Amino acid sequence: MSQPERTSTHISLNERLIFDEGSPGRRGFDLPALDVPDKAVSDVIDPGLLRDDIPGMPELSEVDVIRHFTRLSTYNYHIDLGLYPLGSCTMKYNPKINERMARLDGFALAHPYEPAERIQGALEIQKVLETCLAEISGMDAVTLQPAAGAHGELTGILMIRAYHESKGNPRRKILIPDSAHGTNPASAAISGYSVETVPSNKRGTVDVERLRQVVNADVAAIMITNPNTLGVFESDIAAVAELLHAHGALVYMDGANLNAMMGITRPGDFGVDVLHINLHKTFTTPHGGGGPGAGPVAVKRVLEPFLPSPVITTKPDGTYFFDDARPKSIGKVKGYNGQFGMHVRALCYILANGGEGLKEVSEVAVLNANYIRAKLRDAYALAYDSPTLHEVVFSDRLQARHDVHVWDIAKRLMDYGFHPPTVSFPLIVPGAIMIEPTETESRQEIDAFVDAMLAIAREAEERPELVKTAPHKTRIGRIDEAAAARKPVLRWKPEP
Amino acid sequence: MRYVPNSDTDRRQMLAEIGVDSVEQLFSGIPEQLRLRRLLDLPKPLTEPELVEYFRVRAARNPVAATSFIGAGVYRHYIPIIIDALISRSEFYTAYTPYQAEIAQGTLQAIFEFQTYIAQLTGMDVANASLYDGSTGLAEAVLMAQRITKKNKFLIARTVHPEYRAVVATYARNLGLEIQLVDYSPDGRLDFAKLESQLGDNTAAVVVQSPNFFGTIENTHDISELAHGRGALSIVNICEAISLGILKPPGQDSSEQRTADIVVGEGQSLGVPPSFGGPHVGFLATRERYVRQMPGRLVGLGKDHSGRPGFVLTLSTREQHIRREKATSNICTNQSLCALMTTIYLATVGPKGLREICEQNILKTDYAAGQIAKRTKRRILFSAPRFNEFVVEADGDCPAGVPLARFYPELGNSVLLCVTETARRDEIDALVERLAS
Repeated sequence: MSQPERTSTHISLNERLIFDEGSPGRRGFDLPALDVPDKAVSDVIDPGLLRDDIPGMPELSEVDVIRHFTRLSTYNYHIDLGLYPLGSCTMKYNPKINERMARLDGFALAHPYEPAERIQGALEIQKVLETCLAEISGMDAVTLQPAAGAHGELTGILMIRAYHESKGNPRRKILIPDSAHGTNPASAAISGYSVETVPSNKRGTVDVERLRQVVNADVAAIMITNPNTLGVFESDIAAVAELLHAHGALVYMDGANLNAMMGITRPGDFGVDVLHINLHKTFTTPHGGGGPGAGPVAVKRVLEPFLPSPVITTKPDGTYFFDDARPKSIGKVKGYNGQFGMHVRALCYILANGGEGLKEVSEVAVLNANYIRAKLRDAYALAYDSPTLHEVVFSDRLQARHDVHVWDIAKRLMDYGFHPPTVSFPLIVPGAIMIEPTETESRQEIDAFVDAMLAIAREAEERPELVKTAPHKTRIGRIDEAAAARKPVLRWKPEP
Repeated sequence: MRYVPNSDTDRRQMLAEIGVDSVEQLFSGIPEQLRLRRLLDLPKPLTEPELVEYFRVRAARNPVAATSFIGAGVYRHYIPIIIDALISRSEFYTAYTPYQAEIAQGTLQAIFEFQTYIAQLTGMDVANASLYDGSTGLAEAVLMAQRITKKNKFLIARTVHPEYRAVVATYARNLGLEIQLVDYSPDGRLDFAKLESQLGDNTAAVVVQSPNFFGTIENTHDISELAHGRGALSIVNICEAISLGILKPPGQDSSEQRTADIVVGEGQSLGVPPSFGGPHVGFLATRERYVRQMPGRLVGLGKDHSGRPGFVLTLSTREQHIRREKATSNICTNQSLCALMTTIYLATVGPKGLREICEQNILKTDYAAGQIAKRTKRRILFSAPRFNEFVVEADGDCPAGVPLARFYPELGNSVLLCVTETARRDEIDALVERLAS
């Protein structure tokens, strides 16, 4: 595979693939000598079951490995470097103490199959986190088992299905607003439901009158995001819930945007029956370059019997145990009990804040987003004029007059040293630019971002080519994604 | 609050620029009757020293100092320190999913290297960017086989990890999939004759695990050949990924008839701590021809406009953000940071180190089983070759291992013991002593 040769300075150095590095005989690790009687492995295991060498696997020293991955790391943008305004993704600062606490030996080395008396600390962490999440969301019970948001959606919908089945009929379909995340319809489909899309009204919220026409006894639930992906609070949510409940259907809430409402309003208080919570968004567990996440699911009492098994229960003497005697449970959705390392981090964050701190988090997140809205609304077209909470959605309508489109703006932002916002989503806004600064950005950082956005708006009018060919200052330019997908190269192979 | 930079002064100035008097006004879109007019009932905020104390106390309630010979899908292998040094770099762990390729080449290249390592280890053509864990990975593999074959019946070995089977059952229940279990033979491996009799033309795939839940090594190549002979796919699940450093990979043989179509598994043992069951890292590898049916993210090599090579998320038309309800899976994220840990692990130990680690697992396990057979009255249940786990009949309390009755009632008091390279001889001898008394 051809990679360019190394060039001058380290910062722009082109690091080859690890498979092109190293040299035979190098070692990065030494194993203590075998302390039981030595034998040939082939005396223990039929040689026919053993493999030959692993072709192409490189031999490297510890220094080689450190250099390689340290260099790769310098190619990444990350939250410790600057503002990361990805709407709906809630890229906020990840407190360092969370990382340290999750690495304590008692947590990192704990095995899920140890007897209950040897894992009381881990079980307590999970139980306390469940209790905190139930209070924050206004729900009655929580499972920590789902591995990520989409996995939480699947878990929630399976519980809805089990609930309807217990009443004799699973029903056929799930209603989903057209502003929803793509995972919503995919999760409904994998749960065996068909999906019916509900159009939004002029304010960008669910159209209750339209909804009234489509809700019937075939509908198992609505999957709704609140505040929705436009950052707008679904002000008719109580009416929506009442309507669905009147038809025996349930309300699922995508909790991706919980960062806007902690201590302000609670899903459990406005009619939601089940929601997932993204610990990697609202509760500061790091995104890790694309996972691990964690997607706990909170439910009202009616759904509690269907929670994934096991649930953590307290004995009369106050000790905790995994209870898997749950006849109505949907079963297991993941091995063991979820992404425990993420649970430690999220609890650490919640305990650092308390009720007062979490309310302040949501207030400042909303303040920061509205500040950006006020500063940019003359230069970029607001998608909807409705009041927005923690994120604001513009469109590229004004820039498109100069043939500058949302992806051009996104790429040009990189030249100004920022990660772009979420673009081309939600789908109901053509050329959407969805900005969520979060509460962990200072006014100075936001002002620098605003200045960059304003400069790009001017460039779109005066020097559109400059924007359309961006980025100019990154290591590489825009990758031809269509070409990459036509003949996919998904791995390194030795030269023939 | 220390994680919120803007002070009251900043906030007042920002409110003035917005043109409102108070933060409260910004929430005017929320109907008053839905507002929470009390503080959340949570513990009072803790300072950093108090947090450290809180978590240290709880961590100490999980005694983990000594080995307890527990494996069963989560393994304690030595983890080289450079892994944590590298993944603790903010550039890796505080980055988002690499959708913006120009400023995410570090993550993208590392995932491309992960995909290559997994393909090499499994002997397959391609691997994806990782999945949540082994159990959900197996469920995804089953759904993938259903998409490829358009058949709904699956034969799953009873020696596949019981929790994995439970997860597959949860996923399969509402999609019209039929799952039949295939029993094991007295030597602790899949009962080949029973598999042969259960296979039919309507079988979508055979699912087997190696080393299986009892630690014995299955002959996956014979099983793949049998499955293919009846038009079914072969899915091989690997819970103990480190074993691929020495065992013949399911994807490699002189004839493709004898290789798996999907190799799926859990990569935790390659550099990821047990962490009470997660986060770990699922992997899924397959043949080139099935790549468009794969679930999850994929990183590919591409070029920019001036011909410079670079990496990019690719084949995303399979995925939920494009295809919505028609996607190959509802999965959105992968387990990038854990995949990175695995990649660094494999780079650090190298092919020779990996083989030596595997040899120590095999020899220490052989030693432990031999000593138990020789020095105690307890019986070792299955005779087939094993990697680093085996089943011992316990007759009453056993001081270590995982009791199997919960998953296999017919195995009564038996326990599953695991011996990795981290178990010292004196610890093994002490275990044997306790089992003898």
